[in-house]
Amino acid sequence: MEFPRWKYWLVLGVTLLALLFALPNFFGTDPGLQVARKNHLPMDDYARQGVEQSLKTAGAAWTASYLDEGKLVLRFASVPEQLKARDLVGDALSGEYISALTTSSRAPAWLRKAGLRPMPLGLDLRGGLYLLYQVDVNGAVAQLLESYDQSFRRTLSAANLPFIDVTTYTGPKSTVPNALRVALPEGSDVLAVRDALRKSNPDLTFDVDSLATGPALDMVLTPTQVKARQDYALQKNITTLRNRVNELGVSEPIVAQQGIDRINVQLPGIQNSAEVKDILGKVATLEFRLEDSQNNAIEAEQQGRAPLGSKLYKSQGRPVLLKRELIATGDQLTNATSSTGNEGPEVNITLNGQGGDAMLRTSSVNVGKRMAVVYIEKSRETRMVGGEKVTRDVTEEKVISLATIRSVLSNQFRITGLQSGEARDLALLMRAGSLSAPIFAVEERTIGPSLGQENILKGERALVIGMLAVFVFMALYYQRFGWVANAVLLANVVLLTALLTLLRATLSLPGIAGIILTVGIAVDANVLIYERIREELRNGVSPQASIRIGFEKAWSAIIDSNVTALIAGIVLWVVGRGAIRGFAVVLTLGIATSLFTSLLGSRALITLMYGGRRKVERLSIG
Amino acid sequence: MEFFKKATSFPFMSTRKVWYGLSVVLMVVSIGSFFVRGLNFAVDFTGGVQVQASFPSAANIDAIRAGLAGAGFHEPQVQNLGSSRDAVIRLPAEAGQSGDAVRARVEGVLHAIDAQAEISSLEVVGPQVGDELRRGALVAIAATLALIFVYIAFRFHTWRLSVGAILAVLHDPILVLGAFSITYTSFDLPVVSAMLAVIGYSLNDTVVVFDRIRERFESSRRLDPVVALDQSINQTLSRTIMTKVVTLIVVVALYVLGGPALKGFSEALIIGIVAGTYSSIYISSAIALDCGLKAEHLLPVAIKKPVDDLP
Repeated sequence: MEFPRWKYWLVLGVTLLALLFALPNFFGTDPGLQVARKNHLPMDDYARQGVEQSLKTAGAAWTASYLDEGKLVLRFASVPEQLKARDLVGDALSGEYISALTTSSRAPAWLRKAGLRPMPLGLDLRGGLYLLYQVDVNGAVAQLLESYDQSFRRTLSAANLPFIDVTTYTGPKSTVPNALRVALPEGSDVLAVRDALRKSNPDLTFDVDSLATGPALDMVLTPTQVKARQDYALQKNITTLRNRVNELGVSEPIVAQQGIDRINVQLPGIQNSAEVKDILGKVATLEFRLEDSQNNAIEAEQQGRAPLGSKLYKSQGRPVLLKRELIATGDQLTNATSSTGNEGPEVNITLNGQGGDAMLRTSSVNVGKRMAVVYIEKSRETRMVGGEKVTRDVTEEKVISLATIRSVLSNQFRITGLQSGEARDLALLMRAGSLSAPIFAVEERTIGPSLGQENILKGERALVIGMLAVFVFMALYYQRFGWVANAVLLANVVLLTALLTLLRATLSLPGIAGIILTVGIAVDANVLIYERIREELRNGVSPQASIRIGFEKAWSAIIDSNVTALIAGIVLWVVGRGAIRGFAVVLTLGIATSLFTSLLGSRALITLMYGGRRKVERLSIG
Repeated sequence: MEFFKKATSFPFMSTRKVWYGLSVVLMVVSIGSFFVRGLNFAVDFTGGVQVQASFPSAANIDAIRAGLAGAGFHEPQVQNLGSSRDAVIRLPAEAGQSGDAVRARVEGVLHAIDAQAEISSLEVVGPQVGDELRRGALVAIAATLALIFVYIAFRFHTWRLSVGAILAVLHDPILVLGAFSITYTSFDLPVVSAMLAVIGYSLNDTVVVFDRIRERFESSRRLDPVVALDQSINQTLSRTIMTKVVTLIVVVALYVLGGPALKGFSEALIIGIVAGTYSSIYISSAIALDCGLKAEHLLPVAIKKPVDDLP
C-alpha cells in the first residue's frame, strides 16, 4: 500500500490554504455603515477623524471603524445604532459625505489587511432591491433619428436651401421607424440638397424620391447602423445606471448586462424602493432653446400648430414658442450641482467645450432675448383599451425656466426657479448622465432585512444539523472509516467555501442549499470506495490489498458518476440566472472539490492508519 | 453495522415486467395529472406579484383574501407559508404594474386586518420574463438529457445503455412533476434546479450499475446478460442504498430546517432521489436488456480478436 509523499504534502497544503481563505466567512457580520466622499476621492485618516469626531459629538456609538478601499467603514452592535449613525451622516455631513448601509465582517483586522474577505451575501440573505430593466433599444434608434433630424434642419438652414419638413418613417423591411424623409418644395435642386447633407453626414446614404408635394430625399439607416446604436444605448445605459447607483450611495451594488437588451440591478440594503426606482429609471434630459419672439404664441395655440421652425410649449400655464434649433443639450454637460442662491434653489451647470461654444455664440447675439430650459422626461404608459393592453411611450416636455439672457453666457451658468427637491434630483440626474434609451422594470424583488437574517439562520442550521446527522450515521455504519469520511466531508466544505470566496461568488440561499447537497454527494465517493473494500474483504482478500483494490476499482465508477452530475451542474450554470446560477456554481465546484478530497484526502488518511509495513489483522469498517 | 451482511441475489431481471408495470402506472398518473390539473406555477413562470407577509399572530387567510378581493385584486391566492404567522399572497399579472403601487395597496389591506402586519418580501415579474424563464427551464432540461445521452453512449460504447439511462432518468423528473401537480405545490425556479440536480444525481446510480455491468462482462464475456445484470445490480445495491440514505439525511434536514424558501426545492429533491434510486435499480438496466444488450456491445474492441488465440 503505497502513497507517494508529495501527495501527503499536497493534501496538507491545500487543506491549510483552504482553511485560511475560508476563515473570514466563519466570523459572521455586524450591521455597518460605509462613508465615502461625495467627490469620490479616497478618505484619509484626517477625514476619518473628522467624521468620527462629529458622529461622536452627535452621540453615535460604534464598535469598530477602519478605512477600506478609500471608504470609512463603521461597525455597530445593533441595527438601531446603525440607522442612527446613518441619519447623522445624512443630516450633519451631507455636504461632503455620502453613506450607505452595509454589513461588515467581524473578522479580525489582520485578515482584512491580508486581503481576505468573506463571500458577499446575496439579496435573499441580506435584504435589498433587485430590478431587471428592459432597455427600449428601439427608443434609442428614435433618438438617433431625432438628432439627425435636427442636424439636417441646421445644415439646410445654414446652406439657405429651403425645405418643407423632415419626417420620420418606417423604412422597407423594418418594423420600427428607421428612416427620415426630407420633403422639398417643387422645383428644388434635389442633388444640391443631397450633396449638402452628404457633406455633413458622410456615413449616411440618401435616395431621391418624389412626393405629391415635390421632390424628396430619403435616408434609411442600415441594419448595422441600427445595431450599433442599440448596443451603444445599452452600454451607455449601464454606465448611467452605475453612475446613478453610485450617486445614491449603495454599498456593493451590481449593475450588469443580462441577455441582449436587459440590465440587472441589485442594490443590497435598499428598502425605500420607490424613491430609488424613480431616480434610476428616469429618462430625463435638458435642452436649451431660444424663444421664438417673432411669432405669437397665443395665436399658435389657438390654431393648434406652431409656425415653421418653432415648437409650441407651455410655461406656467401660458403658451410659449421655442425655436426648433437647439443651443445645447444635457449630453454636453460636464457637471451639475444644486445650491440655494438669492433666487431660491438653483442648479449650477457646466457645459463641455462644444456646448460652451454654442452657448457663447448664441447668447452673444441674443442678449435681451429669452432662453428656455426644457426638461424632457420619457416614460411608458400601459393602459387597457377595449380589454387589450396598449403600451405607448409618453414624452413629457416641461419648460422649467424661461429667463432673459442678461449677459453673454459661457460654459457656466445657473438655472433658477426650481423647488429644492427638484434642484437636487435634477442635478443628480444631470451629473450621472442621461439614459440613452428608456428603460422599464420587467422584474422587481424586494427582500426585507429581517427575512434575509432568517434565511441565513435557517440555512446555517440546516447545514450544521444535516452534517452532524451524516457524521453520526457514517461513524456508526463505517466506524473508523466513517470518521475518515467525516473528516474528508468537513475538509470538502472548507475547500468549497475557500474556492467560492476566492472566486468572489455571492452566497445566496440556493447556494447554501448547494453546499448542503454537496455534503450528500461528497459522501457518495467514500461510500463507493468503502463498499468496494468490504466486498473485497468478503471475498477473502487481505485487509491492505482490499484497500488498494477498493480505491482502484471504485475509481472509474466515481469518475463516471461525477461527470454526469457535472453535466447537469454546468448546464444549469450556463442556462440559469440569478440565484439558480448560484446553486449551479456551488454544485459544480462542490463536485470538483469532492473528487479531490475523497480520492486524495481519504486515501491519505487511510494509508496513514493502515499503510506502511505494519501488519493489519482487520479493518475498522463496520 | 451493516445492512447488507450477506451478498444479495434478487432476481431483478426476471421480475422486470412488474417494475415496468409499476413505472407505467406512475407515469400515466403523473402525466395525466400534469395535463388535467396542471402545475401550480409560481410568479417566476407566470408573471405577476408575490408578496410575503408576516403577522404578529396567526394570519387570517380568509380575511386577507377577502380584503384583497375588496381592494380590486382579481383572484388573489393566499396561503400560509412555513408557519401560521406567515402568508404568501400571489396576484396575477396586471398591465403596467409597479412594485410600489402594489405594495401600497397590499399594505393597506394587511394593515386593515392587523396594524402590525409586515411585508417581508415583494416580487413583481413581468409576463414576458415569465415566458422566457419557462422556455429557459425547458431548454436546460433538454440540453442536460442530450449531453448525458452522448456521454453514456461515448463512455460505454453502446446506445442501448444510453436509452436505458435516459428513460430511467426521464422517469424521475416526470414523477417530481406528477407529485407537484397532484399536491398542487408551488412550482418555482428552485424546483426546476432541483429537478436538474435530480437528473444528474439519479444518473449517478445508473452509471455505477453500468460500470459494474461492464466489469462483469470483462471478467467473463460469455456470461448470460440476465445473470450479469442481476449480479451487477445486487453487488452495487448496498452502495446505491447507502449513498441515497446519506443524501436523504441532509435533504430532509434542509426540508425541515431550511425554511419556506427552500421547501419546494427540498421536496423535489426528496421525491427525485427516491424515484432515482428506484429507477436505477429496477428500470435502467432492464431497458438496456430489452434493447438487446450483450457483452460485445460494451467491449467492442475485443471482438476483433480471433477466438483461436485464446489458450
